[in-house]
Amino acid sequence: MNQLLVLQAEQVTVDFDGFVAVNQMSLSLEEGELRFLIGPNGAGKTTMLDMMCGKTKPTGGKIIYRDLVGVEHDVTRMKEHAIAELGIGRKFQAPSIFGSLTVYENMELAMRQSHSIWTQLRAKRTIEEQTKIMSKLDLVGLAGQANVRAGGLSHGQKQWLEIGMILIEEPRLLLFDEPVAGMTDAETEKTGHLLKEIAKTASVVVVEHDMDFVRAFANKVTVMHEGKFLFEGTMDEVSKDARVREVYLGKGKERDAVGSGK
Amino acid sequence: MEVILDKKRSKQRMIFYGFALLFLVVMPFVLSEFRLDLLTKFLAYALVAIGVDLIWGYTGILSLGQGVFFGLGAYCFAMYLKLESTGGKLPDFMEWSGVTSLPWWWKMFGYAPIAIILAILIPVLLAWFLGAVTFRNRIKGAYFSILTQALVIIVYTLFIGQQGYTGGTNGITNFFTVFGFSLMDPDVKLVIYFITVAFVVLAYVLCRRLVNSRFGNVLQAVRDGENRLRFFGYNPATYQTFVFCVSAALSAIGGMLFVLNVGIISPSMMYIVPSIEMVLWVAIGGRGTLIGAIVGAVLINSAKSLFSEAYPDQWSYFLGLLFVVVVVFLPQGLYGWLKQRSASWKWMNRSVKKEVALDESVIGAPSGASDR
Repeated sequence: MNQLLVLQAEQVTVDFDGFVAVNQMSLSLEEGELRFLIGPNGAGKTTMLDMMCGKTKPTGGKIIYRDLVGVEHDVTRMKEHAIAELGIGRKFQAPSIFGSLTVYENMELAMRQSHSIWTQLRAKRTIEEQTKIMSKLDLVGLAGQANVRAGGLSHGQKQWLEIGMILIEEPRLLLFDEPVAGMTDAETEKTGHLLKEIAKTASVVVVEHDMDFVRAFANKVTVMHEGKFLFEGTMDEVSKDARVREVYLGKGKERDAVGSGK
Repeated sequence: MEVILDKKRSKQRMIFYGFALLFLVVMPFVLSEFRLDLLTKFLAYALVAIGVDLIWGYTGILSLGQGVFFGLGAYCFAMYLKLESTGGKLPDFMEWSGVTSLPWWWKMFGYAPIAIILAILIPVLLAWFLGAVTFRNRIKGAYFSILTQALVIIVYTLFIGQQGYTGGTNGITNFFTVFGFSLMDPDVKLVIYFITVAFVVLAYVLCRRLVNSRFGNVLQAVRDGENRLRFFGYNPATYQTFVFCVSAALSAIGGMLFVLNVGIISPSMMYIVPSIEMVLWVAIGGRGTLIGAIVGAVLINSAKSLFSEAYPDQWSYFLGLLFVVVVVFLPQGLYGWLKQRSASWKWMNRSVKKEVALDESVIGAPSGASDR
């Protein structure tokens, strides 16, 4: 595997009892890349993310992840928690946080650390950790809510908390599933800049439907259609590609759907 | 602000602890011997309740098989007590069932340290095995509860069937001394009471540390979102299995203290109804709070014995009614309800004070104002 790559999916296929969600899909990700994964509903984008983090197991092919010291792991054979420990973080579409814990405690759990029972039993709060957690909470705008029960936050705040939790997990590869769904324009803007910021130190894959958002922040875009690889390139190239246009426009009707946004 | 609140809360807590300890110390001098015996039994149950609360209240796994761990702990210790009373000879029930010589594994229980270790180790290993098999395969919710009920039936049937070794339906009884002290002696009973109190206090202190640590947060995270937790690098199965083992150990210790106090253990005491009642104590007392579990166990059993003395036939209806009322109207249990009430009372007080302050400002400076 290429030394620059952090992840390589090779000919991955998922067959859900006869329904092929992803078909012979390949994808390579370079270190520090911000990649957008787009495509019509049912194209298999989320399933791709699910396979990278172990939520779904492919029926064929493999996904190789190269860790910090260069060791290659086939994540399709690993359990979710082991994959997470390798440094692959996942943000789900619906905000999923731990409602009965406080915002601070949520961050504490997500923080990069040993996850064994023994360490967790002896864990003590340190000033270092506190500073780290509070600075991240500041970044996502929740510093004032540190001691609030997370279950009582608004939808948007939960979304931000989960992003904060993923930041403090310090993964090497982040998988975002429609991070700006349901966000206001200002929040979308903020999220975009945050993604760029994250991409400075980690690799990021974003599944997204909001074309304006993709256009504003994407360098490289991968297009999927009906479970297959369709096209890869810059957003400009993507908008000009005839096949992509056809897929998005439904055979030439409603022209410029890709070209002019959602 | 936060700090002040915390201090206030911990002060309230200290006052509560003071009263609770005072209550436990005074009881032997207030209660009759009969009633004190009952309280000892209820406190042994409280240990079981703490275990149920850890696995169900905090981790969200409904185990309906805690009776098995309780029973196994009790049986192991009863075996020792039985052998002490026969002086190591063949127990009476074995003779009646035609067993002619003491099996080797029974002989092991003749040594108190071994019996006590096994009384905890056997239930813990069983919980570990069941937990490892189910949690790793992500069997949870109702399926896990049903499995634990199946375990109850299996163990019950086994103990009834192996009459020669377990005493069958009658269980193990007819022992009168422990380490040479008579179990009928009021002074010995008093000591057993205080030992039980000590275990409850110790279990409470340790478990409180457990649930207030980051480990405790992980447990609640398992309850809130087991699947999400995996993607942060935690393996919920190891946490679930660990807590299940701790709860089994607590039940087993409760069982040992129970048998010491009551003088008998039989299969019906670990069957389905007691196993479910153990969960009811916690549900009614307040799940997710350790005090709720302890108070629930003592209160429900006190009510049970008082009611069944007065109306022997109606008790079960009353318990059923109580359960329905609590589930429908007090989903947080009695303790959770009290906590809520006290919070709203405080809130009321505060707003009353505010009103007073407003009134004063409307009327004008009170006479004392110039002194300030």
